Amino acid sequence: MRPFLTAAWLIARKDLTVEVRSREIVATTVFFAVSCTLVFAFSLVQEGRTVVDAAAGLLWIAIAFSGTLALGRTFERERFNDTLRALMLAPSDRPAIYVGKLLGILAMLLAVELVLVPLVGLLFQAPLLAHPGLIGALVLLGTLGFCAVGTLFAAMLVRTRSRDVLLPVVLYPLTIPVIIAGVRGTVAVLASPPDLAMAQFWIGLLASFDAVFILLALWTFEPVMTE
Amino acid sequence: MASTPNLQLPTPDTRGPTATGGTARLGVGVWALGIAIGALLFVMTPRMIALAPYESTMGLVQKIFYYHAPSGITMFLSAFVAGIAGLLYIFKRQPRYDRMCLAASELTVLFGAMVLITGPLWARKAWGVWWDWDARLTSSLLLWMMFVACLLVRRYGGPGGERLGAAIAAFGMVNVPFVYVSVNIWRTLHPKTTVVPSLAPGMRGVFWICTLGFVVLYTLLLTTRARLERQRAMAEDLHLALEERSTQS
Repeated sequence: MRPFLTAAWLIARKDLTVEVRSREIVATTVFFAVSCTLVFAFSLVQEGRTVVDAAAGLLWIAIAFSGTLALGRTFERERFNDTLRALMLAPSDRPAIYVGKLLGILAMLLAVELVLVPLVGLLFQAPLLAHPGLIGALVLLGTLGFCAVGTLFAAMLVRTRSRDVLLPVVLYPLTIPVIIAGVRGTVAVLASPPDLAMAQFWIGLLASFDAVFILLALWTFEPVMTE
Repeated sequence: MASTPNLQLPTPDTRGPTATGGTARLGVGVWALGIAIGALLFVMTPRMIALAPYESTMGLVQKIFYYHAPSGITMFLSAFVAGIAGLLYIFKRQPRYDRMCLAASELTVLFGAMVLITGPLWARKAWGVWWDWDARLTSSLLLWMMFVACLLVRRYGGPGGERLGAAIAAFGMVNVPFVYVSVNIWRTLHPKTTVVPSLAPGMRGVFWICTLGFVVLYTLLLTTRARLERQRAMAEDLHLALEERSTQS
């Protein structure tokens, strides 16, 4: 177990070091998420008022869109120098590579969400920070589920020519339960009075989705990545 | 079934008999099954549906149910066949599982299209709207989308597309309960699955016969499609072998 965790940690640290030095993914993704939020704001805000529940929907649209962007970009780096092949040749467990990449992408997306969540709360007058624990759990578990499926398919799509369009084609239908749970959970927390039982139900659904899909990805990563 | 794929170019004197023999044997089975399904679906069921009692509030419109619900059952069955074949292909890497996964994915999309066309037609008459974001409709649509994605990836994914397709089919299958639960809590308008045991006796028999017909039809289409794919692969191998021989001589 220890070599597995070490390998995963080393890969995640490598991705994060590259990111800290260039700041490319986090900077571009934050900007993309903000522009995304503004585009939706212009279509949803009328006479200075927003549509009911718009904030929750917007937050998750921005998370899904910027998540796809970050996933694509992370694996583009690996493709550029054909380093994914080098990683695959490394004498470590293949699933450790998956866990490493997953942790790296998760950390980057969480950094983006640290900006995104307060911004959506501010622009749409939504009390997103009133229940930081529940919103934090929803965002963390939702992003984890999205990345768990996304990392596996982005890794498989690395060598495909039309990967940019195929990643969202694959990812959005498969992660619909995450989006539904995320949006409905956030709506339940934002409601006045907040529907905490409902929010907890969606958090439970997200946790089981994450557990099932991470296990499935760990199980299938080695055979699907073998040439 | 026909003989196993042979990578070597057959010599001219053995090629004729084995090829025609194999095809003829399978052909008889397929024709027999085809005629049986034709009798079941085109002669027996229309009569049974016509004779089945009218539903008290919806009247004639309810008869689309005998077409809609079996298509839905076959779609879900097909999704599970595709998912299991996908998992088997991922772990065993045998081309026959890949062919099965491809055939089942295509049929999921086909039967899904039938569900999604007959559903709104019925909904328009029963609920007064073409589409409603009801739980069953939405989850059928999402399952259908996953398998359309699967076919798109197989078609445009280039080399390795079949592995991606197998993974999507497997993930799609595992996703079914999550989609179902999440959409169900989100919205509900459609009658529950418990509607089938509560059907009037005159309707229940017809419903099960229709379902049987669809499942047999599905089995026939699945085996035929997988067989077509195998013959395509064999033809490709023979073509390559022939080219190799002509370059050698």
